[in-house]
Amino acid sequence: MAKIRFREASIIPGFRLTFGFTIFYLSIIVIIPIIGIYIHTFQLDWDAFVRIVTGPRFLAALQLSFGASALAAMFNVVIGVLIAWVLTRYSFPGRRVLDAVVDLPFALPTAVAGISLTAIYAPSGVIGQFFAPLGIRIAYTPIGIWIALVFIGLPFVVRTVQPVLQDFDREVEEASATLGASRLTTIVQVLLPNLVPAILTGFALAFSRAVGEYGSVIFIAGNLPRQTEILPLLIVFRLEEFNYPAAAAIAAVMMTVSFIILLVINLIQAWSRRRFGHV
Amino acid sequence: MELIIRNIRKEFDRFAALHDVSLDIRSGELIALLGPSGSGKTTLLRLIAGLDFPTAGAILFGDQDASEKTVQERNVGFVFQHYALFRHMTVAENIGFGLKVRPRGLRPSPEQIRRRASELLELVQLPGLEKRYPSQLSGGQRQRVALARALAIEPKVLLLDEPFGALDAQVRRDLRRWLREIHEATGHTTVFVTHDQEEALELADRVVVMSQGRIEQVGTADDVYDKPRSPFVYGFIGDSSRLPVRIENGELWLHDRSIGISDIRAPNGSGTLFFRPQDVELVDGCSGCIAGTVVSSRRVEAMRRVELAIGGQHSLVEIELPIDHPAASRTRVAFRPRSWKLFPESTAPQAERVIESA
Repeated sequence: MAKIRFREASIIPGFRLTFGFTIFYLSIIVIIPIIGIYIHTFQLDWDAFVRIVTGPRFLAALQLSFGASALAAMFNVVIGVLIAWVLTRYSFPGRRVLDAVVDLPFALPTAVAGISLTAIYAPSGVIGQFFAPLGIRIAYTPIGIWIALVFIGLPFVVRTVQPVLQDFDREVEEASATLGASRLTTIVQVLLPNLVPAILTGFALAFSRAVGEYGSVIFIAGNLPRQTEILPLLIVFRLEEFNYPAAAAIAAVMMTVSFIILLVINLIQAWSRRRFGHV
Repeated sequence: MELIIRNIRKEFDRFAALHDVSLDIRSGELIALLGPSGSGKTTLLRLIAGLDFPTAGAILFGDQDASEKTVQERNVGFVFQHYALFRHMTVAENIGFGLKVRPRGLRPSPEQIRRRASELLELVQLPGLEKRYPSQLSGGQRQRVALARALAIEPKVLLLDEPFGALDAQVRRDLRRWLREIHEATGHTTVFVTHDQEEALELADRVVVMSQGRIEQVGTADDVYDKPRSPFVYGFIGDSSRLPVRIENGELWLHDRSIGISDIRAPNGSGTLFFRPQDVELVDGCSGCIAGTVVSSRRVEAMRRVELAIGGQHSLVEIELPIDHPAASRTRVAFRPRSWKLFPESTAPQAERVIESA
């Protein structure tokens, strides 16, 4: 048997123990349950599988889930960077309170968030009433889903970008200014490129959280088939019908798509890290 | 470009970092701002650059008032201690950045910018590194790139904030000589901040010694070393020993004995006597000299440095002796400074009250 060699990162002992524990832990918590899903899927024959994953209801939900999640994560990138900027660059009364508020979407039970958002954005709600006369409905439409996903994803971007912005060397910005660059040029050409790895991480976290989100969305979505039905809900329906292989098939497709997207984001990050290094 | 600093005052939250500082810098001059940390030297440099604005006073570039101009409008080259390179850009992109961000009408073509970057890399002796990233360079190379980047915009003045502070001693010495050569080749008016007196004295045309937000003395290396105008400058530049003395009718007394130094211009009262450890003569038998007990002796390069406790006041002074001098092994040594300087006790260090040895 060929002996597999690991390059030990350090002479400090502990590599075998920590590496072994990592593999063991990831196996029981993450990898084995996921393999279970794929095994369940294989209980279906090929035709049944194709029928499920090409059904119009499934495709509509797939598009909605990934589309709304991507749009929400993109929006969170813009707003999250802005909030991180305000929290790190300015000092004002109540800054710490605002900083703590950012984490609330983590702490709140998602069902509570969903119900609150529905109440606010329903046509009779505090905010919804201003949109209703314009013919814009928010709750029970994809817009409502998007709002719920923005809500639950916001902390990820803020919390990944904030420390990078905090540690960013002010002298680099000053150097840019002495070379004649305007403030906007400095932000776009000097600051933002350095935030890209953190932004990508925040995007990936917010996006994957949004794809898997269930609790807050089902209240505001209205759950109309082919219109406001998300993939996790479709899985719950199949489970309620005791159709476990179909539920597993949907989950397997979701997971595969998510995994590919996250892998691509990771590769982009690895590339940017290799390129820019750590100065 | 001539640089005039007129009555600059700078306060941070009521704390005054600079008190009424004035300085004239001639065109093409290489000036060092020298002082301990907290002396205001970096603050002054940042005010010249426009990275901070003075609380009061004016800064003139030639006959133009630069005080109200933003940092972008001032066109200064600034080199930071920790390089502040753009790590996501190649060396060539870093150097070309200042040209690339110019408004459309004034911007050279990409081809011209590339050529200029290569020329500057040649000047800073790093040819061929255009495509490297800052993380692939050594500290000394990074600082050269930072200087090339600052020179690319053809600055009116070149400002360097502790440019060699983060580098090791050997690289520092090389870069020092090299900066002098670049300065002679380009002729920019240059101001650099340092806390390293060796660097300041060796490199600069004139040295500005600063302490606690004030300029103590401006002069050539010879001026500040040989004719220090204040006790601070005497103590800060080069090695020095000091002794508290009493002045009576022009005679200097240490405790209850005369030390054989006199100056008729000195007012009665107390004062501080400064001398250089290496500039003393040993005397036998003590009538009019400084005598002390040897506390310690250590080797400093080619000399032996002996620490003496003087009199009953427990004042410690240092003197330097040749390595093989027998006095180093004695327990008691008497000496007289060959040249010295007396600063009579006074409220302000005034030039006319300073008394020098012949």
